[in-house]
Amino acid sequence: MATAPANGKKDVIIEARDIVVGFGDHLVLNHTDLDVYRGEILGFVGGSGAGKSVLMRTIIGLIPKRAGTIKVFGVNLGEASDSERRAVERRWGVLFQQGALFSSLTVMENLQFPVREYLNLSQRLLDELAIAKLEMVGLDASVCHKYPSELSGGMTKRVALARALALDPEIVFLDEPTSGLDPIGAGDFDTLIATLQRTLGLTVFMVTHDLDSLHTVCDRIAVLAEGKVIAAGTMETMLASEHPWLKSYFRGKRSRAGYQPQGKAAT
Amino acid sequence: MVGSVSDEILLDDSVQGSNLALVGAGAWIAINARGLEASIQTLIAKYPSVKKVAIDMQHVERLDTFGAWLLERLVRAFKARGCETTIVGLKDDYKALIDELRNVKLEEPPRTGGQAFNYALHSIGENIASVGNSFAAIVNMLGALVVAWLRVATRPRTFRMTSLVHQLDNVAWRAVPIILLITFLIGCIIAQQGLFHFRKFGADVYVVDMVGILVLRELGVLIVCIMVAGRSGSAYTAELGSMKMREEIDALRTMGFDPVEVLILPRILALIIGVPILTFLGSMAALYGGGLVCWLYGGIDPDIFLSRLKEAIALNTFEVGMIKAPFMALVIGAVACVEGLAVKGSAESLGRQTTASVVESIFLVIVMDGIFAIFFTSIGM
Repeated sequence: MATAPANGKKDVIIEARDIVVGFGDHLVLNHTDLDVYRGEILGFVGGSGAGKSVLMRTIIGLIPKRAGTIKVFGVNLGEASDSERRAVERRWGVLFQQGALFSSLTVMENLQFPVREYLNLSQRLLDELAIAKLEMVGLDASVCHKYPSELSGGMTKRVALARALALDPEIVFLDEPTSGLDPIGAGDFDTLIATLQRTLGLTVFMVTHDLDSLHTVCDRIAVLAEGKVIAAGTMETMLASEHPWLKSYFRGKRSRAGYQPQGKAAT
Repeated sequence: MVGSVSDEILLDDSVQGSNLALVGAGAWIAINARGLEASIQTLIAKYPSVKKVAIDMQHVERLDTFGAWLLERLVRAFKARGCETTIVGLKDDYKALIDELRNVKLEEPPRTGGQAFNYALHSIGENIASVGNSFAAIVNMLGALVVAWLRVATRPRTFRMTSLVHQLDNVAWRAVPIILLITFLIGCIIAQQGLFHFRKFGADVYVVDMVGILVLRELGVLIVCIMVAGRSGSAYTAELGSMKMREEIDALRTMGFDPVEVLILPRILALIIGVPILTFLGSMAALYGGGLVCWLYGGIDPDIFLSRLKEAIALNTFEVGMIKAPFMALVIGAVACVEGLAVKGSAESLGRQTTASVVESIFLVIVMDGIFAIFFTSIGM
């Protein structure tokens, strides 16, 4: 029901239809639909416990769904064979909320792990690429022999992002990428995501609570409430909406005065 | 799109005088990276003396970080020799990526390590030091326990009774079935082996002496302690370790609680109370097993077994075993808690400390048993 109206004929890269996910008697996602277009940064918002992460984890196959279809790159993941599925998985990268770096491997080994599994490359190339990826996410080679427990929160997120990008994916899923970062760090991270999205031509699916991220980097926003995507569109659409939840989310106390709907007519 | 591994030539070279012209083609992406790397390395080696290099990227359909990095490596290699290198025909989409990679500095910090001999000496020294350190840590823990105990003794209401009961349930009550089963089997085995060998001398009936003394003095307590170290010691280490990892112990400290008093004292007390009970039960099960085998396999009637047992053992045989139990429990508990608190951030370290906890406590239990054996014989018990 809720796909972006204004985007015209864009290439749909993730197509979720009629997704039902529940735990016990409780339905978290109740016939949810969502489209993600190629090359966009989609911000996915909703109240705490609304099921944002659940939908993300359902798309990447970590949570089983009760009904519905998920197509990524046009491949129906519910019916795909193991090898088709693996081919799709190679084309996405996931940044987990806590980073999920392997604690027994160094930063460098963490970055090389997926590459080593899938591609038969020389050690020199692996090392160089790991350092290149680290520099792309704004770190440098000095961290490469550290263990994840020796990194700060911001560094962990950056290394985790570098690992998510290790196989040059086309889609990156980010689960609350800026949570736990200070405003400066969060701002830098937003810029980083935008830069990488441009340089690598990524499609970004970002679960977030950060209004600043939504304003600065997201091309489109989808809102999940009561198990359904109740709205999807640009920030202007969100600000112009009269839906009570959207109003309190985007125009509530925590939103900035400067973001008040100056362009109400823009939609 | 994916999986388009091709045999097509990704890089073509032609040379005119001191000018090298390279023409890229196809998909410069991850799956082709291996082949591309090889051809780039041969190219770099093949033309050591060219002055100008022109790379035509017009026909490259796709480029990802892997391809872009290899292009950058090619450029760097020729630039390092003072060649003039130009890239033409690169699609606009890829320019940003190439620019990004141009800024990459490849300064890998030196890996720690060095010469093998030094490393060997270093690790020997480190291990010896760590033995000393862990001994010091155990003594430290015992001291902290005494302090916590004194503090609790002055204010008995602060003692965590619920925690003690919960731990007793875990380490003693739930351990009863497995302890009974194992000690019963051990008793059976000793009796069977004894009967088999003693029969050669016609000394069948002395099996009762052997089973009685062995079980009550040594084996009962030893088997129980090894089981408890493996079952509860490892659980203590893992529990405290994961609490340490998730900063729960720091949280306790900031609220003004002493982790030794809140977490460790009830756990160790539970062991000190539980292990003697388990030892008693275990010894009885082993005697029962021994008696059963004597009766069924050796033809020694239960009443003969009992009267013989009465002659063979005295109360002090039983006491020797039971006195050892609480001390062993203290050592197991202290080692388990010390190792638990030594856990660092990673999952691997949790595993390492749990292993260390079990190995160390079983080792110390056996060493203590030896010391007790010398002590009890010299005082004539």
